[in-house]
Amino acid sequence: MLPPFFGVLFDGIAYGMLLFVLSVGLSVTLGLMNFVNLAHCAFAMLGGYVTVTLVNDLGWPFFATLPLAFAVAAVVSVAFERVFYRRLYRSTDLDQVLLTIGIAFVSVAAAAYFFGTLQQPVQTPELLRGSTDVLGLRLGNYRLFLVGFSLIITLLLVLGLEYTRFGAQVRAAVDNQRMARGLGINVDRTFALTFALGSGLAGLGGALAIEIVGLDPSFSFTYLVYVLIVVAVGGLGSIAGSLAAALLIGISDIAGKYYFPELGAFMIYLVMVALLMWRPAGLFGKR
Amino acid sequence: MSTAAPAPAPAAAPALTPHGYLRAQSRWHPLEIVFWLATLLPFFIFPQYLSLASQIAITALFALSLDLILGYAGVVSLGHAAFFGIGAYAAGLFSIHVWGEPFSGLLFGTVLAGVVGFAASFIVARFRHLTLIMVTLGLGLLAHEAANKAHWLTGGSDGLQGVKILPLFGLFKFDLYGYVAYSYALGALFVLFLAVRLLVNSPFGLALRGIRENWVRMPAIGAASRAHIRTAFTIAAAIAGLAGALLAQTTQTVALESISFGRSADVLVMLVLGGAGRLYGGLIGAIIFMVARDQFSGIAPQYWYFWIGLLLIAVVMLLPNGVLGGLSALAARWRNRP
Repeated sequence: MLPPFFGVLFDGIAYGMLLFVLSVGLSVTLGLMNFVNLAHCAFAMLGGYVTVTLVNDLGWPFFATLPLAFAVAAVVSVAFERVFYRRLYRSTDLDQVLLTIGIAFVSVAAAAYFFGTLQQPVQTPELLRGSTDVLGLRLGNYRLFLVGFSLIITLLLVLGLEYTRFGAQVRAAVDNQRMARGLGINVDRTFALTFALGSGLAGLGGALAIEIVGLDPSFSFTYLVYVLIVVAVGGLGSIAGSLAAALLIGISDIAGKYYFPELGAFMIYLVMVALLMWRPAGLFGKR
Repeated sequence: MSTAAPAPAPAAAPALTPHGYLRAQSRWHPLEIVFWLATLLPFFIFPQYLSLASQIAITALFALSLDLILGYAGVVSLGHAAFFGIGAYAAGLFSIHVWGEPFSGLLFGTVLAGVVGFAASFIVARFRHLTLIMVTLGLGLLAHEAANKAHWLTGGSDGLQGVKILPLFGLFKFDLYGYVAYSYALGALFVLFLAVRLLVNSPFGLALRGIRENWVRMPAIGAASRAHIRTAFTIAAAIAGLAGALLAQTTQTVALESISFGRSADVLVMLVLGGAGRLYGGLIGAIIFMVARDQFSGIAPQYWYFWIGLLLIAVVMLLPNGVLGGLSALAARWRNRP
């Protein structure tokens, strides 16, 4: 029998894994191009709405919608990258912040227009409802699935980045972009692909998040804060850093809400500011 | 440092000497005088919009304070509403618990926001780029959450009630029509504008612009970047607090919204719309933004942000220096026409 503390810990880990899937794409694209993309969660929200529409209106099974949530977010994000982002790679932080906040604002309004401002429910399969007893702890099935699924994604990402040609190009471009260009790597194409992959993962995260945190038009901004915290704390361009930061933030958020409910979100902001003051480049950041 | 002989300064090219340049910068343009005379128009032409006008003046002052750090020193802040809110709550609480006299409350809000800004400046001045954006966002969210949770003090999401402000100078009561409120807010805006104008046209202001352009090189010519940013940030925080205090006093309430991320984003939008790094950028931006919001108040807030978002995209893509930047580019083209 384990004490209830482990239940809180497990919920924190599940939440942290969700934050990791949501934010890892932003971390890599920021590390690659130094582009401050505050519209990242807008793509996550898009993935969420794709799943909601397919499940509720067209009767698709939940699992079948996940690849589509990934694909739609990836394709739409590349369109934005081509039309808008591309022109601002050499601009100031401020211009990038303004453009992407603008896109996030538009996404909130568009979501409210098409889907209303209410929380969207989604029907999950029988398999993922209820809970399972593990060593005397009642763990939610959905959270177990979330942890397992995210671990597989993490593994795929790490292996892909370590052992494929594309992964090597991405690592080279993150480490030293000019040198990578000098070696003949097409950094722009690498970036567009990474951007699509990252936004696709965000879309997937958005679809997975519905069951845990709900989905409404304010998703673009509510979770943006968490994603940015994960990225800033983890350090740019580092998958291990993002994972560690996401778990840390997820656990401290859930534990903070469980043990000090009167503090609310105070805890998480405090952790972020303190960590950034201690290590301005993030836990695993090099710059 | 002084030059040995009185240099025979060529009168035709005053921009060649630093002092001549600063003097030329601080000369009043006729359009500026027209602008300030036009701020008196609401008294005569739109008396029914005086309370809106006072809100615009307050928001313009807030945007001016952000311009000082963002436009001039290049410090991007996503949490500037923290100081606005601190000033507003300080002035409101002062009137409830101490005294309802407006000027002392205004001073209290300004000083408190300045002190908090001074403390925060030690954190802010250490960072650049993404970390800076994150730290200012985090500090702003912390302030918002603190105000939300301290329900016993601030009223939380219900807002601070029971603010009572005594008549201005003991003579002019704050009325429903907003004559006194607009005079008070406009007076404060004008005085602070003069102060900021002096500041940005001083050597200190030039140093801030140097830091914006290259913050590594400035220490090499003897301008300590961090110390300058700390000073500018403290001043900007105090002015933002003063704007918040004005809002608390003229509306006699403080909403939790006055310390929220939304307000930080709004003021950023106004400043960029008007043109950051120009004294009138925040003022023009505030006028356009507030009048538009008043005119479109019928549409639901989520759709209002659709237009704000489109506007932001358009400004970044098409008008990188805001409305004023676009206008001055047009004016320059017109002057240089063949």
